[in-house]
Amino acid sequence: MVSRVVNIRPDDLLLVSTVRNEKVRLPWFLRYYRDLGINHFLFVDNDSDDGSREYLAEQADVSVWATSAGYKRSRFGVDWVNWLLMRYGHGHWTVVVDPDEFLVYPFCDTRPLRALTDWLDASSIRSFSAMMLDMYPKGPISQHPYREGQDPLEIANWFDSGNYTMTRNAAYGNLWIQGGPRARMFFTDNPERAPALNKIPLVKWDRDYAYVSSTHMLLPRGLNLVYDEWGGEKASGCLLHAKFIDTFTQKAQEELARKQHYANSHEYRAYQEGMAASPDFWCKWSEKYINWRQLEILGLMSKGNWA
Amino acid sequence: MSVGFVMLCHTALDRAAQVARHWAERGCPVVIHVDRRVKRTAFDRMRQSLEGVADIRFSTRFACEWGTWGLVAATQAAATLMLRDFPGVRHVYLASGSCLPLRPVQELVAYLDARPRTDFIESVTTEDVGWTVGGLNIERFTLRFPFSWRKQRHLFDSYVRLQRRLGFRRRIPKGLVPHLGSQWWCLTRQTLSTILESPDRAEHDRYFRRVWIPDESYFQTLVRQVSANVESRSLTLSKFDFQGKPHIFYDDHLQLLRKSDCFVARKIWPQADRLYRTFLSDDAGGQASGEPNPGKIDRLFAKAVERRTKGRAGLYMQSRYPRANWENGMTAAPYSVFEGFADLFENFDIWLGKVAGTRVHGHLFAPDRVAFAGGETVYNGALCDAPALRDYNPRGFLGSLIWNTRGERQCFQFGPGDRQKIAPFLARDPNAQISVISGAWAVPLFHANANFGEIRKQAARLQKIEAAHLEVLRAADAKAKVRIWTLAEFVENPMEPLQTIIDEISPRSLRRLTEAPRMADLTGFGQFLQNLRNQGMQPVLMGDFPAGDDPRPLTTRRGRPYLVK
Repeated sequence: MVSRVVNIRPDDLLLVSTVRNEKVRLPWFLRYYRDLGINHFLFVDNDSDDGSREYLAEQADVSVWATSAGYKRSRFGVDWVNWLLMRYGHGHWTVVVDPDEFLVYPFCDTRPLRALTDWLDASSIRSFSAMMLDMYPKGPISQHPYREGQDPLEIANWFDSGNYTMTRNAAYGNLWIQGGPRARMFFTDNPERAPALNKIPLVKWDRDYAYVSSTHMLLPRGLNLVYDEWGGEKASGCLLHAKFIDTFTQKAQEELARKQHYANSHEYRAYQEGMAASPDFWCKWSEKYINWRQLEILGLMSKGNWA
Repeated sequence: MSVGFVMLCHTALDRAAQVARHWAERGCPVVIHVDRRVKRTAFDRMRQSLEGVADIRFSTRFACEWGTWGLVAATQAAATLMLRDFPGVRHVYLASGSCLPLRPVQELVAYLDARPRTDFIESVTTEDVGWTVGGLNIERFTLRFPFSWRKQRHLFDSYVRLQRRLGFRRRIPKGLVPHLGSQWWCLTRQTLSTILESPDRAEHDRYFRRVWIPDESYFQTLVRQVSANVESRSLTLSKFDFQGKPHIFYDDHLQLLRKSDCFVARKIWPQADRLYRTFLSDDAGGQASGEPNPGKIDRLFAKAVERRTKGRAGLYMQSRYPRANWENGMTAAPYSVFEGFADLFENFDIWLGKVAGTRVHGHLFAPDRVAFAGGETVYNGALCDAPALRDYNPRGFLGSLIWNTRGERQCFQFGPGDRQKIAPFLARDPNAQISVISGAWAVPLFHANANFGEIRKQAARLQKIEAAHLEVLRAADAKAKVRIWTLAEFVENPMEPLQTIIDEISPRSLRRLTEAPRMADLTGFGQFLQNLRNQGMQPVLMGDFPAGDDPRPLTTRRGRPYLVK
């Protein structure tokens, strides 16, 4: 464990993440979020043996905790994240993302994250929605090897623009969003098993809050009301999910062997089968990523009343 | 020197100091009021940073909670100090710590010099304001507000309700006509001093101390007593959103702000380095053009508010999930549903695509697959033809299709053989144009190569489904544009209804239909229906086809049944 939390100042923007053998992704990840204006990173390292922990420990704006407990036993990392947030997140705007998730919000090319959180503060908004958008390359995934330090969105720069469905989860009040390339490719027979894409990764944290399941939903329930019910649009962003780059095939096998992942590894088993056949998500209606304005026009995210 | 600035500051004091220095160094005196709730150390730091700059004063500090008298008291004190210490000042400009001058000071000075007796203050009677939040207009002046709106919202609201119920009213002092307006004004020495030195000031202050948000009404009301030359607008560009909080300007607004020709804008994000750097340098401005013209910015913010309150019609997404009846458009655009047409006419979809010049799908809700136009397996937005995905959320599927193809009208076939879960949605959607030839599903059965027992069973099943469906379409809450013909009616005269439907789909074409779609052969259809009857089934939805009496127009004019010209 390397803790630099004493350096955290009262209004710092914090980022919390769990990693396992993500060394190759970390340099770009840190760079991306430093550029957005994250002041301090809090990592949980789940038993990496690829040097992730050592790399993180060297970074001046990073604190890292090590664990070798099972991912599943900790409810897919949520317990670790909640613990860190409770200890260090209180009163801060906090971003909770995985190392393959890149937050995009309205005006993110001209305004730092602090501009957004200031505006959210002024608008008395405590939580900000950013739906997960699965990104993929054109052609088989193995065709485009990823170099450490490279922007993964240079490779995985296509997405599905309009095949998402949503329902309201009565128990927690959140929306349950499914769809995208994974549903289209791997879950055509059992769509109810397709992964959830709704995420609320940006929250003005309070020690009384908790993530319930990954960052899909929160308690208290009011934090999940990131959508307008009277016809209007609230401001929202997207989490560009650059999971599908060439480390994936190996990783899926690894995860399956460990049988640690979500829902009895249904998801990963489906990937395995799908990937073995033809690991190409691209279709002629795939959309090539340009910028947040494009996502806004497509209706995947919204400026709300932020102008 | 003709203009002096009063600045009310409570946060980002470094930016406020930067602006104050800018004005003072260009010959405009500045009086700074810092909210009493700001810490001593921060205040001292600001004072120190401005040490040595001539013509800057700090006025007595009041606590300025939003919506309370403190802001007026602070303004009075600072303005009094300004008038006392700087006798050369003719106009006093009230600004905040988050204001930023957009045009060189000389241009403002010249503008005011040309209007030496004009008071610039937005001042509107309570009947005429449309922008107050919470519905409190005249009641701001006639009720009491002992509770904090920010910290005791519940008490605030219930006390207002209680007073309304009891019919409580404060008396408005004689001679005062309540006016409201932006708190950022620019008043002449004569007007301002008349207000501040008025013999009735104590009485006015006592009254306004208990008015709600007095900083938007004190000067705005009193100026009407003393000035004959009120220009009812603010020289400060300041826009409010639907919650009544000011819109904030960022670096990416630079060009908009520059082109607005406004003198001062608020509120600026404290970290908008580029805005501060650009507008506080002396070569800002340049192409001076007379009157402020914030039209573009007005539109930008008006659009933002509309996006927040109305949203985009037919869009369902992570931050827009309207409740029933609040959709403001259940779907994004009009579309057409054809029921029975593909059964009665051969290659109906191809014919329709040609005459209407639009995209025509097959049975989108067929049980075995989604029949996209052209037999596509993936469609706009990467919609997938897998029936399970569609059936998982039919509304979502249709909503996505219409959203993804906005700008291009969608038509699709529907019938009792399809998945019916979507039907109630279609019936309620005002964007749906639904045309039904009831009983037409019997035509393919008539032509089917199958045992009659099986056909009879199918017919009974389809008729039951369609009967229930027609009931939904005819329900009182159906908002779709529904037209229903029986098969018999339609066969009798097919061109007129087709023309009506096509005209609605592409109203601009205004072409008369010259080519009819090819109708299926109905020779012996009456007997077929009679056979069904003989087997104990009662076919009713297709209308009247007497056995042995085949529809005449069909047999004689098959292929080109009618020419309307």
